Amino acid sequence: MKEENVIEAEELTKAFGDFKAVNAISFEVKKGEIFGFLGANGAGKTTAIKMLIGISKPSSGQATVAGFDVYTQRESIKKNIGYMSQKFALYDDLTVKENITFFGGIYGLSRAKIKEKREQLISELGLEDISNKLVGSLPLGWKQKLSFSVSLLHDPKIVFLDEPTGGVDPITRRQFWEMIYKAADRGTTIFVTTHYMDEAEYCDRVSIMVEGKIEALDTPKKLKEQFKVDSMNDVFLKLARE
Amino acid sequence: MPIAQIMLFGFAITNEINNVDIAILDHSKDTTTEEIINKISASKYFTINQMIASEADIEPAFKKGKIKAVLNFEKDFSRNLIRDRKATIQIITDATAPNTANSVTNYINAILQNYQQSKNEGVQIDYQIISQIRMIYNPELKSVFMFVPGVMTIILMLVSAMMTSISITREKELGTMEILLVSPLKPSQVIIGKVVPYIFLSIINAAVIVLLSIFIFKMPVQGSLFLLGAESVLFIITSLALGILISTIAETQQAAMMISLMGLMLPVILLSGFIFPISSMPVPLQLISHIIPAKWFIIIIKGIMLKGVGMAYIWKETLILIGMTIFFIGLSVKKYKIRLE
Repeated sequence: MKEENVIEAEELTKAFGDFKAVNAISFEVKKGEIFGFLGANGAGKTTAIKMLIGISKPSSGQATVAGFDVYTQRESIKKNIGYMSQKFALYDDLTVKENITFFGGIYGLSRAKIKEKREQLISELGLEDISNKLVGSLPLGWKQKLSFSVSLLHDPKIVFLDEPTGGVDPITRRQFWEMIYKAADRGTTIFVTTHYMDEAEYCDRVSIMVEGKIEALDTPKKLKEQFKVDSMNDVFLKLARE
Repeated sequence: MPIAQIMLFGFAITNEINNVDIAILDHSKDTTTEEIINKISASKYFTINQMIASEADIEPAFKKGKIKAVLNFEKDFSRNLIRDRKATIQIITDATAPNTANSVTNYINAILQNYQQSKNEGVQIDYQIISQIRMIYNPELKSVFMFVPGVMTIILMLVSAMMTSISITREKELGTMEILLVSPLKPSQVIIGKVVPYIFLSIINAAVIVLLSIFIFKMPVQGSLFLLGAESVLFIITSLALGILISTIAETQQAAMMISLMGLMLPVILLSGFIFPISSMPVPLQLISHIIPAKWFIIIIKGIMLKGVGMAYIWKETLILIGMTIFFIGLSVKKYKIRLE
C-alpha cells in the first residue's frame, strides 16, 4: 500500500527582495508522521510554515497541504489544519473555558460538539479546578499545553507547531511531547519546528534547514549514521559549521 | 514634527478673520452703498461672494454654508444719509460659529466707522451710519452650539477610529490575529467582527450626545432627526474605515494610538473648522482641511441642527464622506493584500 503524502513541497521559495528567506525547499510529509522541521533562529522555518498554512504567498515553487494547493485553495487548507504559533496566542483576558468555546466557534463546531470537546479537553489536561480562571494567570507550560489542545479542537488532519516548547521547563516539555505522540497515534500529522535537538530525536523524520535551504532530511537514526555522530545535536552542529 | 506643530498652531489657531465670504443685499444701489461695498471688498478681511436680489434669498444663501454674513443696505441709502443725516445697514451673521460671527460684525463696524469719519471731515452735522446686527441660527451666541457638533465629531472619531485601530493592532501584537487568519474565517469576517461592536458603541455615543445637547444645553435640532442619525452613522463608518486603515499600517497598539492622536485628533481640533475658522487659514492649510473627514461632518451636523437644512444642501458633503469611506476601505484592502504577498 502506498503511503499517503499530506504535505508535498517542491522548490518552494519565498523571497523578500533579493533575500531568499526560503530557498527552493522540497520535501514530503506522510500521513500520521511526526515531521521535525529543524533549523537555527532565522533559518526560515517560520516563513516556510506561513506559506504552508496559507497566510503568506510563496514567491515560486509548488506545494500542496492536505491535497490542496497553497496558491489557490487556501481556504480549504485552513479548514484542515491546526496551528500553534511561536508566540502564545490565546486570549489572556478570557478564561480557559471561554477560550475553548471561542476557538471552537471560530472553527465552526456546533454548540454540543464544543461542550463535549471542552469537557474532554479540560479533564485530559487536568484543568478542572482552574477552568474558570483567566488564561493570563496560568503558568507558561499550561498555557502551551492548552494552546496545543485548542489547535486540535476541530480534529485537523495536520497540525503545525512552531517552536511549541520555547521557554518551557524539561518536565513540561516531556509532557508536551507525550501529547504530541497521542495526537499522532490518532492519525494526526504533526509538523513541528524546534531548535531543541533532543526533541528532534522524538520525531519520525527530520529536516534541517540552514540559511533557507534544507540541508538534510531523513530519520534521526539515519542522519546520525550518515554524519557518523552520536546525537542529533552533533548532526546539527556539523551541518551548521559547513 | 515640532516644525509641523508650530506651523499648524501658529497659523491655525487664530481668532483673526481673513477672506471671509459675505453677500450683499443692496436695496438702493447708489453711490454711497457702492463706496462702502468697495471699501469692504478692498479689505483683506472680506471677499464678496455674491449679490443677493431680495430678502427671500438670504436664508438659502446661508444654508449653502459658504457665506458667513449678509450686508443689507436699506432702500434710498444715499438719500437718507443726506436728508436725515443717517442711514441704516443691517449686518446679518451666521452665528453657528459665535466667535467668528462676533469678529465679523466688529470688523464690518470698524470699516463703516472709518468710512463715516472720512465722510464727516469738514461737515457740520455728522452723518451717521447705523448698523443693526442680527445673529441668525444662534441669536444668544451660545458657544455650546459650536462645541456640541465639534465634540460629537471628536468623540465619534476617537471611539471609532482609535479604538478600532487599537483593538485590531492588539490582536496583531498578541499573535491572536495570526491564529484567526489561519482559521477558516475570512479576513473580512475577522475585521467585521472587530468593527461591529464599535459601530454600536458609537451609535449609542452619538445618540447620548444629541439627547444631552437637546435636553441639557437646549440646543435646537431644526432639521430632520432621521437625517442627523443617518449622517452620523455614515461618519461613524468613515471613521471605522480610517481605523482599519491605521491598523493595517501600525504594528503595535502604541503606534496605532500615536497615529490616531497625531494624525486624527490634532487635525480634527485645529483644521476642521470646529474652533478656528477655515477661511482665515493660509491656503495650504485650507487645502489640507479638505481631506479631513471631520470638516465635512461638522458642516453637515451644523447645517442640520442649527440651520435646519435638508439633503438638498448637504448632498455634496455627504458624497465626499461616502467617497472617503470607499477610498479608505479600498486602500486598507490593498494594503492588506500586500501584507499577504
